Amino acid sequence: MSDSAEKIPVVEVESLVTHYGARQILNGVSLKIYQGEIIVIMGGSGSGKSTLLRHLLGLHKPTSGSIRLLGKDITKISDQELFELRKHMGVAFQGGALFGSMTVGENVMLPLKEHTELDEQTMQIMTRLKLEVVNLAGFEDLMPSELSGGMIKRAALARAVVMDPKLLFFDEPSAGLDPVAAVELDELILKLRSALNMTIVVVTHELDSAFKIADRITVLDHGDILMTDTVDNVRHSDNQRIQSLLNRMPRDSAVDADEYLRRLTGFN
Amino acid sequence: MDERSNVSFFRQSIERLGFVVVRSVEETGYIFRLLYEALEWLALGKQRKQPVRLSSIFNEAMQIGIQAIPIIGILCFSVGIMLAIQGIETLKTFGAEGQVVLGIALSVTREFSPLIVSILVAGRSGSAIAARVGTMLEAQEIDALRVIGINPVRYLVAPILLAMLVCLPCLVILGDAAGLFGGAIYTKIALNLPLNVYFDRTFDVLSIDDVMQGLIKSFVFALIIALVGLANGFQVQGGAEGVGRATTRAVVMSISLIVIADMVFTYFLNR
Repeated sequence: MSDSAEKIPVVEVESLVTHYGARQILNGVSLKIYQGEIIVIMGGSGSGKSTLLRHLLGLHKPTSGSIRLLGKDITKISDQELFELRKHMGVAFQGGALFGSMTVGENVMLPLKEHTELDEQTMQIMTRLKLEVVNLAGFEDLMPSELSGGMIKRAALARAVVMDPKLLFFDEPSAGLDPVAAVELDELILKLRSALNMTIVVVTHELDSAFKIADRITVLDHGDILMTDTVDNVRHSDNQRIQSLLNRMPRDSAVDADEYLRRLTGFN
Repeated sequence: MDERSNVSFFRQSIERLGFVVVRSVEETGYIFRLLYEALEWLALGKQRKQPVRLSSIFNEAMQIGIQAIPIIGILCFSVGIMLAIQGIETLKTFGAEGQVVLGIALSVTREFSPLIVSILVAGRSGSAIAARVGTMLEAQEIDALRVIGINPVRYLVAPILLAMLVCLPCLVILGDAAGLFGGAIYTKIALNLPLNVYFDRTFDVLSIDDVMQGLIKSFVFALIIALVGLANGFQVQGGAEGVGRATTRAVVMSISLIVIADMVFTYFLNR
């Protein structure tokens, strides 16, 4: 990334340490994400990628370290400032997290209702526009429970981008989808970036999807970032753990017989 | 060996007691913080340009209040009849069955209507609140609210709390009326006392204080039902099973607290 110096950093994470109870999840993670790029945070289960995302969203307070989003350190700013900042952030959750008591249209419209003073008709047009973008035109009066998994994710994406955010977070876009729906969603992410010039952070463990959409990939393992680099460089990395993640090899191939026996019997 | 196991049993009991105490203190603190934040949002929401929406307060009031009217009418009516039957039977021994009107009037307004209504609302709405908040938490809907910039206390807690505080006293007044009416009907059948005479006597003996006693209690019960339901909902862990556990806990806890609070209030209000 020789040209990274000219680029504007949108997300800057510095030596982020987090705990869950007494257990340390992230061991001093640092990461920079630049304006207009799609970055994929990749890692196996328990690597800490979900924790990193939740901290980027400002849902938890870290033990130490700083997280700057659009130039503001969200670990230090006031609630009011964070409220203002959230207008420029969109989030699509893994399960969609659409509000079950509202129709699809009301779900997508909710951020507009809360953050703008537009009249009802304008908000409805904007809602339909965004539903159109995610190929859900005509579905605004359905309840979330009436949608398929892929449709829920697309509706959640429509809600996430309805305010035209500068920064979009997407948690596991292709998890639980059939291959065709997953590919469609990948296309949609690429389309959004080129149409709206958003900075997009995707968290996933799906390799195909990551390779397809990412400008850069960050590989997280056991709470440490192994590398952050372009798709090609990650692919050809000689790091053992990255290779085992890419080639879907089991993590501990060598079995320590004594240790195994101890675990089974429960004697220490 | 025996002595050692005794010691370890003793230690475990102390440990468990300590755990329960710490947890209770933590939970009480959590409940009061919810209350404080909800009141803060109700007072300052407009100023922060994030008002508590009137429409969501009405929605909650619809579910907590309006939809509970039929069942509360039936229950309190039955309680009125039950009190009349018991009262007439008991007072017959002294040949004073005419005094049953006084008994019904005071016990319905001071005690039975607030208690029955609150227990019913705790079972109906307290459980629904816990289940709804818990499910939203598990489905990441609460996270979604927060990242959109909607404070969950403002969006969920404040409307529920306000709707409960308005609806429960109204339901208690309705319960008063239904209970007295039930008593009147049975007294008419058993003692052949005309309805207008029954109600004339009832309003003679009833003072504003008697009705107020029931209403003051119902405000406290409303706080208990709403906050216990919400707090249990927000502390859900472990999927569908956790939601079920929280729902049960919310109902049992709020009914227990209502009965205990009722005892304490009755003691102080009658001194």
